[in-house]
Amino acid sequence: MFDPHALRADFPILKRKVNDHPLIYFDNAATTQKPQQVIDAERDFYENHNANVHRSVHTLSQEATELHEAGREKIAQFIGAKESAEVIFVRGTTEAINLVAYSWGLRNLKPGDEVLLSLMEHHSNIVPWEIVSKIAGFSIKYANVHPDGMLDYDDFESKLSSKTKLACLSHVSNVSGTINDVKRLAKVAHDNGALFLVDGAQSVPHMPIDVQNMDADFLAFSGHKMLGPTGIGALYGKKALLKSMAPFQGGGEMIKDVLFVQEEGHCGISWNEPPWKFEAGTPNIAGGIALAEAVRYLQRLGMENVSRHETELTAYAMKRLTELKKVTVYGPTDLKKKCGIIPFSVEGLSSHDVALFCDTFGIMLRSGFHCAQPLHQVFKLQSSARASFYIYNTAEEVDRFIEVLKEMEEF
Amino acid sequence: MPTVEDYVARTEGTCGAEKDIIVIFKYEKKEEAIANILKKATLKNSLAGIIYELSFEGRSFRVYTSGKAIFRSIKDKEELNHILTALLL
Repeated sequence: MFDPHALRADFPILKRKVNDHPLIYFDNAATTQKPQQVIDAERDFYENHNANVHRSVHTLSQEATELHEAGREKIAQFIGAKESAEVIFVRGTTEAINLVAYSWGLRNLKPGDEVLLSLMEHHSNIVPWEIVSKIAGFSIKYANVHPDGMLDYDDFESKLSSKTKLACLSHVSNVSGTINDVKRLAKVAHDNGALFLVDGAQSVPHMPIDVQNMDADFLAFSGHKMLGPTGIGALYGKKALLKSMAPFQGGGEMIKDVLFVQEEGHCGISWNEPPWKFEAGTPNIAGGIALAEAVRYLQRLGMENVSRHETELTAYAMKRLTELKKVTVYGPTDLKKKCGIIPFSVEGLSSHDVALFCDTFGIMLRSGFHCAQPLHQVFKLQSSARASFYIYNTAEEVDRFIEVLKEMEEF
Repeated sequence: MPTVEDYVARTEGTCGAEKDIIVIFKYEKKEEAIANILKKATLKNSLAGIIYELSFEGRSFRVYTSGKAIFRSIKDKEELNHILTALLL
């Protein structure tokens, strides 16, 4: 049984007050709060099992390795990967996309080739491609977004051609909450001979994900947006692709051999197998273990239940926001095409004014571009305020939020 | 002699096309900072003594008793320093 009121007891931070008011945390698209189970998993590793992974034979290292790889297995299962070797531990979505841009893009894209993005992308799915395109000489195209925040599917499909080698798209917009039909677009991309990368930062934490059904070639996501710690996330990649790719960074762990060849005066290097080929240096072991615990927590709740709760809460919030005369909400209104993210503005106030006002009453909102400036250009906004929900948010919190916005309107 | 730094923990340019700057007062000095500001700026509106809409030298800004202030359309750090010096000291 999914009960947001009951599960709040698992989150120590939700007991605190901010500015003498009970904390209402509506900035979940930026990062989520952590349940005690995740905090305990990270602490347990350091208290009882801490050692480096893979290369040592002692007991602690064996325990650490087993926990670390079991975490990878759990994450692979959570997203429907064929095997855990398809899951690379990274710092988060940004590093995952950079990994693909540098390891695959830099070596496979050349002048004349194209990468297709959209105007609703987070900067982390724009900037790496812009940087690497300047090195490798390929072009970038951007699919349009309608004023209601929906992707222009016709424009996306029309911009795919034989030149397109890769299409990259957010599954869910971090500003508007728009859900893109990535399964449909993966098929269109593949029909055109292009690979398809899904930015799952705002979808993996909120809905059931099956990479095989979606047929994504790559899926990037962050642990801290799904109850896990910061500094850990994952890149899924189809195994054959990962095997064909060059390493991202060099160092320990990602090599099989580094053999100094006396006659040639340099080292001959052979790479480890994926996923370790892409994990240079000591990984965030505790982070991966804690992320796996976050996955277990979400699985106990059931991702269908998580998704249903957020949809119901968003529907309620959207309905109550219509009571406010000076508030304008952006993005799709059809809840089948939208996640629990609501961008809005208040007439006569900047988004930062709105966020500071709410902060005074203990309500945490995000304000600004949310690292998605091009989408704000589409919406013709200087910035926006954003409320974003997760499993522990309640209708009572939405009621309080509306009360505070009403006070703001009257101020 | 007190300085602006005695009162201000941090200033942050906001993310967005607006040229707003958020000033975060030091926790232990926020009440004194707000009292100084209220003495010198013109009060335009107030919400239950926790949020103040103020103006000073033709600029409007808001102060929150949580210890933050938002200054709109500030050109640069020098201009902000000038205003904070006049308001706080």
